[in-house]
Amino acid sequence: MVTEATQRPLVPTPPEIDIAPNDPLLAYFQSAVGAVDIDSLAIDSPALEALRTNGVRLVVPLVSQGELIGLLNLGPRLSEQEYSSDDQRLLNNLAAQAAPAVRVAQLVQEQQAEARERERIQQELRVAQLIQQQFLPKELPTLPGWQLSAHYQPARAVGGDFYDVFELPDGKVGIVAGDVTDKGVPAALVMASTRSLLRADAPRLVSPSKVLARVNDLLLPSIPARMFVTCVYAVLDPITGSMRYANAGHNLPYLRTDDGVEELHATGMPLGLMPDMTYEEHETTLLPGQSLLLYSDGLIEAHNALGEMFGFPRLKELMRRPLSSHDLIDFLMTDLDRFTGPTVEQEDDITLVALHWSARQPINLTQPMGELGAESADQAEPHILADFTIRSEPGNERIVMDKVTESIAALNLAKDVVDRLKTAVSEATMNAIEHGNKNRPDLPVEVRVVIRESKLSVEITDQGEDNEVHAKEAPDLDLKLAGLQSPRGWGLFLIKNMVDEMHQSRDETGHTLELIVYLKGLSDANPAV
Amino acid sequence: MPTQLFDVRLRQTQTLAIMDLSGQVSRESDEALNRAYDDAIDGGAERVLLNFSQVDYINSTGIAVIVGLLARARADGRPLAVCGLTSHYRTIFEITRLADFMQVFPDEESALANAGEPVG
Repeated sequence: MVTEATQRPLVPTPPEIDIAPNDPLLAYFQSAVGAVDIDSLAIDSPALEALRTNGVRLVVPLVSQGELIGLLNLGPRLSEQEYSSDDQRLLNNLAAQAAPAVRVAQLVQEQQAEARERERIQQELRVAQLIQQQFLPKELPTLPGWQLSAHYQPARAVGGDFYDVFELPDGKVGIVAGDVTDKGVPAALVMASTRSLLRADAPRLVSPSKVLARVNDLLLPSIPARMFVTCVYAVLDPITGSMRYANAGHNLPYLRTDDGVEELHATGMPLGLMPDMTYEEHETTLLPGQSLLLYSDGLIEAHNALGEMFGFPRLKELMRRPLSSHDLIDFLMTDLDRFTGPTVEQEDDITLVALHWSARQPINLTQPMGELGAESADQAEPHILADFTIRSEPGNERIVMDKVTESIAALNLAKDVVDRLKTAVSEATMNAIEHGNKNRPDLPVEVRVVIRESKLSVEITDQGEDNEVHAKEAPDLDLKLAGLQSPRGWGLFLIKNMVDEMHQSRDETGHTLELIVYLKGLSDANPAV
Repeated sequence: MPTQLFDVRLRQTQTLAIMDLSGQVSRESDEALNRAYDDAIDGGAERVLLNFSQVDYINSTGIAVIVGLLARARADGRPLAVCGLTSHYRTIFEITRLADFMQVFPDEESALANAGEPVG
């Protein structure tokens, strides 16, 4: 020992000694009272061996609130004498004061580390959001006659949802919706590269199944293990409505037709799982009036406070409403809010891409419309089916309703289409009589029924100075039943839900409400007359 | 226009009151409908079924009247159900969400078959 002590520098570097959490020495130190003489211990402990090897003689456990928070390790005294009982008392006093101080320092350190970790997570969140925003389309292409809308609502943790719409050669349009498993920056990066690969290959390959197969092969080498991408890709010809699509394990798109809502099936494995995948490709033809919806899991798997899932059946049912793409998304998100309630936090990103064919462009009116076919195919000339006036007396809206119905009888429209138009005409006429002409019987309401291109238009004109119809507030049945909103106020709401378009205009002849019904896509109920 | 466009008749079986509406449901129906509801309550009705099978027209003011009656029935805890709507007006009941607050049956028979169940 003498030689060892003399060889040691005056201020030796304390040796690093690791003590395993299950080492029996820890339990001993925890309950020890004061300084412990290492040489006199007889415990089978690797740490004890390590202490001895490193020349530690005396250990003073630092215990605060019954918790062992550190050890004061002492080598042999420089005077080469044994530690006296005075020494030990001094050390014990020191330890008693040092322990809580060390504990406080530890807590401060832990808290700083936590704050840094929180900041790191926040930072990562911001980066993920930034990437995501960077790679989502800033605006969607305009397609004449089509309505295209998208909604992306990130969850707090930012998942890997993405969508894209881009123009292709020959006037076609590529539509993508996808979801990267996992969240945060890694998911955002994979999303960004998937999107870039799709954009790069789409114009050259055209075929959706080939594009997905190619992106799968390119993605595979770089994608982190256990991460993959589900993705549906469709190529639409906006002139003919023809659409080819392939699906890499994403939710099946919904197509709303007059006969209901159908799923567009096409099988294929998610991207980034296995090499040399092939993807089914199918074709369907959209008709005017139909809507397509692509959607992510965030909607389907949203839960309410009772733990119930939003689910496919609910979405499919909601999709049945004949709405424009923008209104459809609004309607779905409102319903989702109502379903989840205010207290439930959004778990995953929600992405919706909706497409609605509002009107065929006048270049391709192929089907004759009964006896009107010849003229209306000519497109430029509107065909007037009725033009009459009524007096502004309550109840006359039913006369208008019946006359309009009579005037369109030759079109052989389906009963539900006619019923909807009847309700819209009746409501619009009531509005003209009551609000436009203020129930003054001598003031006329003029009604014109016209076919322009492939649209049936009913124009209802009153003499009102200021009869802009606008919903002061949308009717909300919950509020009405709770007595927080008048039970009335359904007129405009009904009109909007009954026809494909509603327009208002004003000129020197008065205020006109125009109700429009699309005739194309309804032609099944229109056998040639 | 004829003066009597709307009519309502009350049939009562134990605690179920059936109101047979006919003609057009509009703001003019308000008084008669609420009077029939008063009579139904006086007769001890706990549940009310509105039968629309003879109704050929409902407009927005009629919807408002139904909303008003529904609010009343809910306030005093009497379930309201409807039957006999045409598919068009059934759609309107769905769009306006009235169908969320009233059980909708295709016809009286199916409504009565469900009479043991709490309606509304």
